[in-house]
Amino acid sequence: MESAKELLLLLIGSSLVSNVVLSQFLGLCPFLGVSRKVKTAAGMGTAVIFVITLASAVAGVIYKYVLQKLGIEYLQTIVFILVIAALVQFVEMFLRKSIPSLYEALGVYLPLITTNCAVLGVALTNVQKEYGIVAGIVNGFATALGFTIAIVILAGLREKMEYNEVPEAFRGMPLVLLTAGLMAIAFNGFSGLL
Amino acid sequence: MNKAAERLYNGLIQENPTFVLMLGMCPTLAVTTSAMNGLGMGLTTMVVLALSNLMISSLRKVIPDRVRIPAFIVIIASFVTAVQLLLEAYLPSLNDALGVYIPLIVVNCIILGRAESYAYSNPPIPSLFDGIGMGLGFTMALTLIGMFREILGAGTIFDFRIMPEAYTPIGIFVMAPGAFFVLAALTATQNHIKAARERAGKDASRIGSGCAQDCMTCGDSACTKRFYDEHTDRQEDVKEEK
Repeated sequence: MESAKELLLLLIGSSLVSNVVLSQFLGLCPFLGVSRKVKTAAGMGTAVIFVITLASAVAGVIYKYVLQKLGIEYLQTIVFILVIAALVQFVEMFLRKSIPSLYEALGVYLPLITTNCAVLGVALTNVQKEYGIVAGIVNGFATALGFTIAIVILAGLREKMEYNEVPEAFRGMPLVLLTAGLMAIAFNGFSGLL
Repeated sequence: MNKAAERLYNGLIQENPTFVLMLGMCPTLAVTTSAMNGLGMGLTTMVVLALSNLMISSLRKVIPDRVRIPAFIVIIASFVTAVQLLLEAYLPSLNDALGVYIPLIVVNCIILGRAESYAYSNPPIPSLFDGIGMGLGFTMALTLIGMFREILGAGTIFDFRIMPEAYTPIGIFVMAPGAFFVLAALTATQNHIKAARERAGKDASRIGSGCAQDCMTCGDSACTKRFYDEHTDRQEDVKEEK
Protein backbone atom coordinates (compact mmCIF):
# COMPACT_ATOMS: atom_id res chain seq x y z
CA MET A 1 0.00 0.00 0.00
CA GLU A 2 1.36 3.37 -1.00
CA SER A 3 1.68 6.04 1.66
CA ALA A 4 -0.41 9.19 1.44
CA LYS A 5 2.70 11.28 0.91
CA GLU A 6 3.73 9.34 -2.17
CA LEU A 7 0.25 9.68 -3.60
CA LEU A 8 0.29 13.44 -3.02
CA LEU A 9 3.64 13.71 -4.80
CA LEU A 10 2.23 11.63 -7.65
CA LEU A 11 -0.77 13.95 -7.85
CA ILE A 12 1.41 17.05 -8.18
CA GLY A 13 3.89 15.34 -10.48
CA SER A 14 1.36 14.07 -12.97
CA SER A 15 -0.86 17.13 -13.07
CA LEU A 16 1.67 19.96 -13.10
CA VAL A 17 5.29 18.86 -13.48
CA SER A 18 4.92 16.41 -16.36
CA ASN A 19 1.70 17.82 -17.73
CA VAL A 20 0.00 15.43 -20.12
CA VAL A 21 -0.38 17.81 -23.07
CA LEU A 22 2.35 20.35 -22.47
CA SER A 23 5.19 17.97 -21.83
CA GLN A 24 3.98 14.58 -23.05
CA PHE A 25 1.89 15.67 -26.05
CA LEU A 26 -0.95 13.26 -25.36
CA GLY A 27 -4.51 14.35 -26.10
CA LEU A 28 -3.29 17.10 -28.39
CA CYS A 29 -6.28 16.86 -30.73
CA PRO A 30 -8.94 17.94 -28.21
CA PHE A 31 -6.45 20.35 -26.64
CA LEU A 32 -6.13 22.27 -29.90
CA GLY A 33 -9.64 21.57 -31.17
CA VAL A 34 -11.97 22.27 -28.23
CA SER A 35 -10.16 25.23 -26.73
CA ARG A 36 -11.98 28.08 -28.45
CA LYS A 37 -14.28 28.90 -25.52
CA VAL A 38 -13.62 28.52 -21.80
CA LYS A 39 -17.02 26.96 -21.25
CA THR A 40 -16.59 24.16 -23.76
CA ALA A 41 -13.01 23.65 -22.61
CA ALA A 42 -14.15 23.21 -19.01
CA GLY A 43 -16.85 20.75 -20.12
CA MET A 44 -14.33 18.74 -22.10
CA GLY A 45 -11.95 18.79 -19.13
CA THR A 46 -14.60 17.46 -16.75
CA ALA A 47 -15.51 14.67 -19.13
CA VAL A 48 -11.83 13.77 -19.52
CA ILE A 49 -11.34 13.64 -15.73
CA PHE A 50 -14.37 11.37 -15.43
CA VAL A 51 -13.36 9.00 -18.23
CA ILE A 52 -9.63 8.77 -17.48
CA THR A 53 -10.14 8.14 -13.75
CA LEU A 54 -12.67 5.42 -14.49
CA ALA A 55 -10.59 3.93 -17.31
CA SER A 56 -7.41 3.75 -15.24
CA ALA A 57 -9.35 2.00 -12.46
CA VAL A 58 -10.84 -0.56 -14.85
CA ALA A 59 -7.59 -1.06 -16.76
CA GLY A 60 -5.69 -1.50 -13.49
CA VAL A 61 -8.11 -4.16 -12.24
CA ILE A 62 -8.10 -6.01 -15.57
CA TYR A 63 -4.31 -5.92 -15.76
CA LYS A 64 -3.86 -7.29 -12.26
CA TYR A 65 -6.62 -9.88 -12.11
CA VAL A 66 -6.92 -11.02 -15.73
CA LEU A 67 -3.79 -10.35 -17.74
CA GLN A 68 -1.24 -11.04 -15.00
CA LYS A 69 -3.13 -14.03 -13.70
CA LEU A 70 -3.24 -15.63 -17.14
CA GLY A 71 0.32 -14.54 -17.96
CA ILE A 72 -0.71 -12.64 -21.09
CA GLU A 73 0.61 -9.17 -20.20
CA TYR A 74 1.82 -8.69 -23.75
CA LEU A 75 -1.79 -8.34 -24.92
CA GLN A 76 -2.20 -5.15 -22.84
CA THR A 77 -2.37 -2.75 -25.80
CA ILE A 78 -5.17 -4.64 -27.55
CA VAL A 79 -7.10 -5.31 -24.36
CA PHE A 80 -6.81 -1.76 -23.04
CA ILE A 81 -7.98 -0.06 -26.20
CA LEU A 82 -11.00 -2.35 -26.57
CA VAL A 83 -11.87 -2.02 -22.88
CA ILE A 84 -11.64 1.78 -23.05
CA ALA A 85 -13.79 1.99 -26.18
CA ALA A 86 -16.41 -0.30 -24.65
CA LEU A 87 -16.25 1.50 -21.30
CA VAL A 88 -16.96 4.90 -22.84
CA GLN A 89 -19.94 3.52 -24.74
CA PHE A 90 -21.22 1.89 -21.59
CA VAL A 91 -20.78 5.00 -19.48
CA GLU A 92 -22.65 7.02 -22.07
CA MET A 93 -25.59 4.61 -22.06
CA PHE A 94 -25.60 4.39 -18.26
CA LEU A 95 -25.58 8.15 -17.78
CA ARG A 96 -28.32 8.69 -20.34
CA LYS A 97 -30.60 6.21 -18.58
CA SER A 98 -29.78 6.85 -14.93
CA ILE A 99 -28.29 10.30 -14.34
CA PRO A 100 -29.74 12.58 -17.05
CA SER A 101 -28.44 15.75 -15.41
CA LEU A 102 -24.83 14.55 -15.59
CA TYR A 103 -25.43 13.27 -19.10
CA GLU A 104 -26.71 16.69 -20.07
CA ALA A 105 -23.43 18.21 -18.88
CA LEU A 106 -20.96 15.66 -20.21
CA GLY A 107 -22.85 13.79 -22.93
CA VAL A 108 -21.60 15.82 -25.86
CA TYR A 109 -17.99 15.20 -24.99
CA LEU A 110 -18.07 11.51 -24.15
CA PRO A 111 -18.03 10.09 -27.69
CA LEU A 112 -15.16 12.42 -28.50
CA ILE A 113 -12.87 10.84 -25.94
CA THR A 114 -13.33 7.19 -26.89
CA THR A 115 -9.84 6.61 -28.18
CA ASN A 116 -8.21 9.85 -27.20
CA CYS A 117 -4.56 8.91 -26.90
CA ALA A 118 -4.35 10.36 -23.38
CA VAL A 119 -6.72 7.67 -22.03
CA LEU A 120 -4.72 4.80 -23.49
CA GLY A 121 -1.50 6.61 -22.61
CA VAL A 122 -2.39 6.76 -18.91
CA ALA A 123 -3.38 3.08 -18.80
CA LEU A 124 -0.09 2.08 -20.43
CA THR A 125 2.01 4.41 -18.26
CA ASN A 126 0.43 2.93 -15.14
CA VAL A 127 1.59 -0.50 -16.25
CA GLN A 128 5.05 0.64 -17.36
CA LYS A 129 5.74 2.44 -14.09
CA GLU A 130 4.31 -0.50 -12.14
CA TYR A 131 1.78 1.55 -10.19
CA GLY A 132 -0.70 -0.40 -8.08
CA ILE A 133 -4.42 0.02 -8.61
CA VAL A 134 -4.78 2.92 -6.13
CA ALA A 135 -1.69 4.74 -7.40
CA GLY A 136 -2.93 4.13 -10.95
CA ILE A 137 -6.27 5.78 -10.20
CA VAL A 138 -4.53 8.74 -8.55
CA ASN A 139 -2.18 9.03 -11.53
CA GLY A 140 -5.14 8.91 -13.93
CA PHE A 141 -7.05 11.57 -12.02
CA ALA A 142 -3.98 13.81 -11.76
CA THR A 143 -3.17 13.48 -15.44
CA ALA A 144 -6.72 14.41 -16.40
CA LEU A 145 -6.67 17.30 -13.94
CA GLY A 146 -3.51 18.53 -15.64
CA PHE A 147 -5.26 18.29 -18.99
CA THR A 148 -8.19 20.33 -17.67
CA ILE A 149 -5.96 23.02 -16.19
CA ALA A 150 -4.03 23.35 -19.46
CA ILE A 151 -7.07 23.41 -21.76
CA VAL A 152 -8.96 25.96 -19.64
CA ILE A 153 -5.95 28.28 -19.51
CA LEU A 154 -5.44 27.93 -23.26
CA ALA A 155 -9.12 28.65 -23.93
CA GLY A 156 -8.94 31.76 -21.74
CA LEU A 157 -5.92 33.01 -23.68
CA ARG A 158 -7.58 32.27 -27.00
CA GLU A 159 -10.69 34.22 -26.01
CA LYS A 160 -8.48 37.21 -25.20
CA MET A 161 -6.61 36.94 -28.48
CA GLU A 162 -9.62 36.43 -30.70
CA TYR A 163 -9.83 39.95 -32.09
CA ASN A 164 -6.13 40.72 -32.20
CA GLU A 165 -4.37 41.73 -35.37
CA VAL A 166 -2.19 38.76 -36.33
CA PRO A 167 -0.03 38.29 -39.45
CA GLU A 168 -2.00 36.33 -42.03
CA ALA A 169 0.16 33.21 -41.99
CA PHE A 170 -0.03 32.93 -38.20
CA ARG A 171 -3.81 33.07 -37.92
CA GLY A 172 -5.47 29.97 -36.49
CA MET A 173 -3.39 26.96 -35.58
CA PRO A 174 0.14 28.51 -35.61
CA LEU A 175 -0.86 31.13 -33.04
CA VAL A 176 -2.48 28.48 -30.83
CA LEU A 177 0.68 26.38 -31.03
CA LEU A 178 2.87 29.35 -30.12
CA THR A 179 0.63 30.04 -27.13
CA ALA A 180 0.86 26.40 -26.12
CA GLY A 181 4.65 26.60 -26.41
CA LEU A 182 4.80 29.60 -24.09
CA MET A 183 2.52 27.77 -21.66
CA ALA A 184 4.85 24.80 -21.84
CA ILE A 185 7.77 27.04 -20.83
CA ALA A 186 5.73 28.30 -17.89
CA PHE A 187 4.84 24.76 -16.87
CA ASN A 188 8.55 23.87 -17.03
CA GLY A 189 8.90 26.07 -13.98
CA PHE A 190 6.97 23.51 -11.96
CA SER A 191 9.84 21.04 -12.30
CA GLY A 192 11.47 22.75 -9.32
CA LEU A 193 8.54 21.60 -7.16
CA LEU A 194 9.56 17.98 -6.75
CA MET B 1 3.97 -1.68 -61.04
CA ASN B 2 3.15 1.85 -62.14
CA LYS B 3 0.37 1.96 -59.58
CA ALA B 4 2.86 1.10 -56.83
CA ALA B 5 5.20 3.91 -57.83
CA GLU B 6 2.27 6.32 -57.90
CA ARG B 7 1.29 5.33 -54.33
CA LEU B 8 4.88 5.84 -53.14
CA TYR B 9 5.03 9.30 -54.73
CA ASN B 10 1.63 10.14 -53.29
CA GLY B 11 2.69 9.24 -49.74
CA LEU B 12 6.12 10.86 -49.90
CA ILE B 13 5.24 14.15 -51.59
CA GLN B 14 1.71 14.74 -52.76
CA GLU B 15 -0.14 13.75 -49.60
CA ASN B 16 2.75 13.69 -47.14
CA PRO B 17 1.03 12.87 -43.84
CA THR B 18 2.95 15.41 -41.77
CA PHE B 19 3.84 18.27 -44.09
CA VAL B 20 0.66 18.28 -46.18
CA LEU B 21 -2.14 16.56 -44.27
CA MET B 22 -1.02 17.33 -40.70
CA LEU B 23 -1.89 13.90 -39.38
CA GLY B 24 -0.53 12.13 -36.31
CA MET B 25 0.75 15.16 -34.46
CA CYS B 26 1.13 13.53 -31.02
CA PRO B 27 4.10 11.32 -31.98
CA THR B 28 5.48 14.00 -34.29
CA LEU B 29 5.88 16.41 -31.41
CA ALA B 30 6.84 13.91 -28.78
CA VAL B 31 9.63 11.88 -30.33
CA THR B 32 11.42 14.36 -32.59
CA THR B 33 13.90 15.43 -29.92
CA SER B 34 16.65 14.01 -32.13
CA ALA B 35 16.99 12.84 -35.73
CA MET B 36 17.62 9.28 -34.57
CA ASN B 37 14.41 9.09 -32.53
CA GLY B 38 12.42 10.57 -35.41
CA LEU B 39 13.86 8.01 -37.82
CA GLY B 40 13.17 5.12 -35.44
CA MET B 41 9.59 6.18 -34.79
CA GLY B 42 8.98 6.76 -38.51
CA LEU B 43 10.26 3.35 -39.52
CA THR B 44 8.33 1.60 -36.74
CA THR B 45 5.14 3.33 -37.83
CA MET B 46 5.86 2.47 -41.46
CA VAL B 47 6.14 -1.24 -40.72
CA VAL B 48 2.85 -1.22 -38.82
CA LEU B 49 1.14 0.89 -41.47
CA ALA B 50 2.25 -1.26 -44.41
CA LEU B 51 1.36 -4.56 -42.71
CA SER B 52 -1.99 -3.40 -41.39
CA ASN B 53 -2.91 -1.91 -44.78
CA LEU B 54 -2.06 -5.22 -46.42
CA MET B 55 -4.04 -7.21 -43.88
CA ILE B 56 -7.09 -4.96 -43.88
CA SER B 57 -7.15 -4.84 -47.64
CA SER B 58 -6.95 -8.64 -47.88
CA LEU B 59 -9.81 -8.96 -45.39
CA ARG B 60 -11.93 -6.14 -46.79
CA LYS B 61 -14.57 -8.49 -48.19
CA VAL B 62 -14.80 -10.42 -44.92
CA ILE B 63 -15.06 -7.55 -42.43
CA PRO B 64 -18.69 -6.41 -42.03
CA ASP B 65 -19.14 -2.71 -42.62
CA ARG B 66 -20.68 -1.95 -39.23
CA VAL B 67 -17.85 -3.33 -37.11
CA ARG B 68 -15.02 -2.28 -39.36
CA ILE B 69 -13.50 0.29 -36.96
CA PRO B 70 -13.14 -2.19 -34.05
CA ALA B 71 -11.82 -4.74 -36.53
CA PHE B 72 -9.23 -2.27 -37.82
CA ILE B 73 -8.19 -1.43 -34.27
CA VAL B 74 -7.69 -5.10 -33.36
CA ILE B 75 -5.60 -5.71 -36.49
CA ILE B 76 -3.50 -2.59 -35.93
CA ALA B 77 -3.05 -3.30 -32.21
CA SER B 78 -1.86 -6.83 -33.00
CA PHE B 79 0.82 -5.56 -35.36
CA VAL B 80 1.87 -2.87 -32.90
CA THR B 81 2.24 -5.49 -30.17
CA ALA B 82 4.31 -7.72 -32.46
CA VAL B 83 6.57 -4.83 -33.49
CA GLN B 84 6.96 -3.73 -29.88
CA LEU B 85 8.06 -7.21 -28.82
CA LEU B 86 10.60 -7.28 -31.68
CA LEU B 87 11.98 -3.87 -30.68
CA GLU B 88 12.25 -4.95 -27.05
CA ALA B 89 14.25 -7.97 -28.15
CA TYR B 90 16.54 -6.51 -30.80
CA LEU B 91 16.67 -2.71 -30.33
CA PRO B 92 16.17 -2.14 -26.60
CA SER B 93 17.80 1.31 -26.70
CA LEU B 94 15.29 2.62 -29.27
CA ASN B 95 12.47 0.98 -27.35
CA ASP B 96 13.53 2.83 -24.20
CA ALA B 97 13.89 6.14 -26.02
CA LEU B 98 10.41 5.95 -27.55
CA GLY B 99 8.78 4.43 -24.46
CA VAL B 100 5.00 4.69 -24.29
CA TYR B 101 4.78 6.18 -27.78
CA ILE B 102 5.36 2.77 -29.38
CA PRO B 103 2.10 1.22 -28.10
CA LEU B 104 0.41 4.54 -28.81
CA ILE B 105 0.99 3.98 -32.54
CA VAL B 106 -2.36 2.18 -32.27
CA VAL B 107 -4.19 5.48 -31.98
CA ASN B 108 -2.09 7.28 -34.60
CA CYS B 109 -4.55 8.92 -36.98
CA ILE B 110 -2.46 8.12 -40.04
CA ILE B 111 -2.91 4.37 -39.66
CA LEU B 112 -6.67 4.34 -39.06
CA GLY B 113 -7.05 7.09 -41.63
CA ARG B 114 -5.33 5.06 -44.36
CA ALA B 115 -7.23 1.91 -43.39
CA GLU B 116 -10.51 3.75 -43.69
CA SER B 117 -9.80 5.87 -46.74
CA TYR B 118 -7.59 3.57 -48.84
CA ALA B 119 -7.02 -0.01 -47.73
CA TYR B 120 -10.68 -0.84 -47.07
CA SER B 121 -11.64 -0.07 -50.67
CA ASN B 122 -8.56 -1.10 -52.68
CA PRO B 123 -6.74 -4.35 -53.53
CA PRO B 124 -3.85 -5.62 -51.35
CA ILE B 125 -0.78 -4.74 -53.44
CA PRO B 126 -1.59 -1.03 -53.98
CA SER B 127 -2.61 -0.86 -50.30
CA LEU B 128 0.76 -2.27 -49.25
CA PHE B 129 2.55 0.34 -51.32
CA ASP B 130 0.21 3.04 -50.06
CA GLY B 131 1.27 2.07 -46.53
CA ILE B 132 4.96 2.06 -47.46
CA GLY B 133 4.66 5.41 -49.24
CA MET B 134 2.78 7.06 -46.38
CA GLY B 135 5.19 5.49 -43.90
CA LEU B 136 8.21 6.78 -45.82
CA GLY B 137 6.64 10.22 -45.99
CA PHE B 138 6.08 10.15 -42.23
CA THR B 139 9.65 8.89 -41.64
CA MET B 140 11.10 11.63 -43.82
CA ALA B 141 9.08 14.30 -42.03
CA LEU B 142 9.96 13.07 -38.54
CA THR B 143 13.65 12.78 -39.41
CA LEU B 144 13.73 16.30 -40.87
CA ILE B 145 11.95 17.80 -37.87
CA GLY B 146 14.23 15.79 -35.57
CA MET B 147 17.33 17.06 -37.42
CA PHE B 148 16.10 20.63 -37.21
CA ARG B 149 15.49 20.41 -33.49
CA GLU B 150 18.74 18.56 -32.88
CA ILE B 151 20.85 21.15 -34.76
CA LEU B 152 19.32 24.06 -32.87
CA GLY B 153 18.99 22.34 -29.53
CA ALA B 154 22.24 20.37 -29.35
CA GLY B 155 24.31 21.41 -32.38
CA THR B 156 24.48 17.86 -33.74
CA ILE B 157 22.84 15.61 -36.35
CA PHE B 158 22.63 11.89 -35.60
CA ASP B 159 25.03 12.71 -32.73
CA PHE B 160 27.70 14.09 -35.11
CA ARG B 161 28.74 17.61 -34.18
CA ILE B 162 27.75 19.99 -36.98
CA MET B 163 27.82 23.42 -35.42
CA PRO B 164 31.19 24.94 -34.40
CA GLU B 165 32.30 24.65 -30.79
CA ALA B 166 31.50 28.32 -30.18
CA TYR B 167 27.80 27.69 -30.85
CA THR B 168 25.74 27.66 -27.67
CA PRO B 169 22.88 25.20 -28.14
CA ILE B 170 19.38 26.63 -27.65
CA GLY B 171 18.39 23.93 -25.21
CA ILE B 172 14.70 24.75 -25.37
CA PHE B 173 14.42 23.22 -28.85
CA VAL B 174 15.01 19.70 -27.60
CA MET B 175 12.56 20.24 -24.75
CA ALA B 176 8.77 20.21 -24.89
CA PRO B 177 8.17 23.91 -25.65
CA GLY B 178 10.52 23.71 -28.65
CA ALA B 179 8.26 21.11 -30.23
CA PHE B 180 5.33 23.52 -30.11
CA PHE B 181 7.42 26.34 -31.60
CA VAL B 182 8.71 24.16 -34.45
CA LEU B 183 5.21 22.96 -35.24
CA ALA B 184 3.91 26.54 -35.10
CA ALA B 185 6.53 27.57 -37.65
CA LEU B 186 5.61 24.58 -39.80
CA THR B 187 1.88 25.32 -39.79
CA ALA B 188 2.54 29.01 -40.44
CA THR B 189 4.61 28.02 -43.51
CA GLN B 190 1.78 25.77 -44.61
CA ASN B 191 -0.77 28.57 -44.21
CA HIS B 192 1.46 30.83 -46.25
CA ILE B 193 1.84 28.32 -49.08
CA LYS B 194 -1.85 27.54 -49.00
CA ALA B 195 -2.82 31.20 -49.25
CA ALA B 196 -0.35 31.77 -52.08
CA ARG B 197 -1.70 28.77 -53.98
CA GLU B 198 -5.28 29.84 -53.53
CA ARG B 199 -4.43 33.28 -54.85
CA ALA B 200 -2.84 31.62 -57.88
CA GLY B 201 -6.05 29.68 -58.41
CA LYS B 202 -4.63 26.23 -57.64
CA ASP B 203 -6.29 23.54 -55.56
CA ALA B 204 -4.90 23.71 -52.02
CA SER B 205 -7.72 21.99 -50.16
CA ARG B 206 -5.55 19.05 -49.11
CA ILE B 207 -2.98 21.17 -47.30
CA GLY B 208 -3.48 21.00 -43.57
CA SER B 209 -6.69 19.01 -43.82
CA GLY B 210 -5.67 16.52 -41.15
CA CYS B 211 -5.75 16.29 -37.40
CA ALA B 212 -4.15 19.42 -36.10
CA GLN B 213 -6.84 21.44 -37.79
CA ASP B 214 -10.06 19.53 -37.70
CA CYS B 215 -9.53 15.78 -37.47
CA MET B 216 -11.87 15.28 -40.40
CA THR B 217 -9.66 12.81 -42.19
CA CYS B 218 -9.55 10.54 -39.18
CA GLY B 219 -13.11 9.38 -39.66
CA ASP B 220 -14.97 8.20 -36.61
CA SER B 221 -12.03 6.69 -34.87
CA ALA B 222 -8.64 7.63 -33.51
CA CYS B 223 -9.28 11.32 -33.36
CA THR B 224 -12.96 10.55 -33.09
CA LYS B 225 -15.96 12.28 -34.58
CA ARG B 226 -16.11 14.78 -37.40
CA PHE B 227 -14.67 17.03 -35.43
CA TYR B 228 -14.98 18.46 -31.99
CA ASP B 229 -14.93 22.13 -32.36
CA GLU B 230 -17.79 23.08 -34.63
CA HIS B 231 -19.81 20.13 -33.46
CA THR B 232 -19.57 20.76 -29.72
CA ASP B 233 -19.65 24.53 -29.99
CA ARG B 234 -22.80 24.31 -32.04
CA GLN B 235 -24.46 21.96 -29.58
CA GLU B 236 -23.52 24.24 -26.70
CA ASP B 237 -24.99 27.19 -28.57
CA VAL B 238 -28.20 25.31 -29.20
CA LYS B 239 -28.39 24.49 -25.50
CA GLU B 240 -27.85 28.11 -24.52
CA GLU B 241 -30.55 29.30 -26.87
CA LYS B 242 -33.03 27.02 -25.23
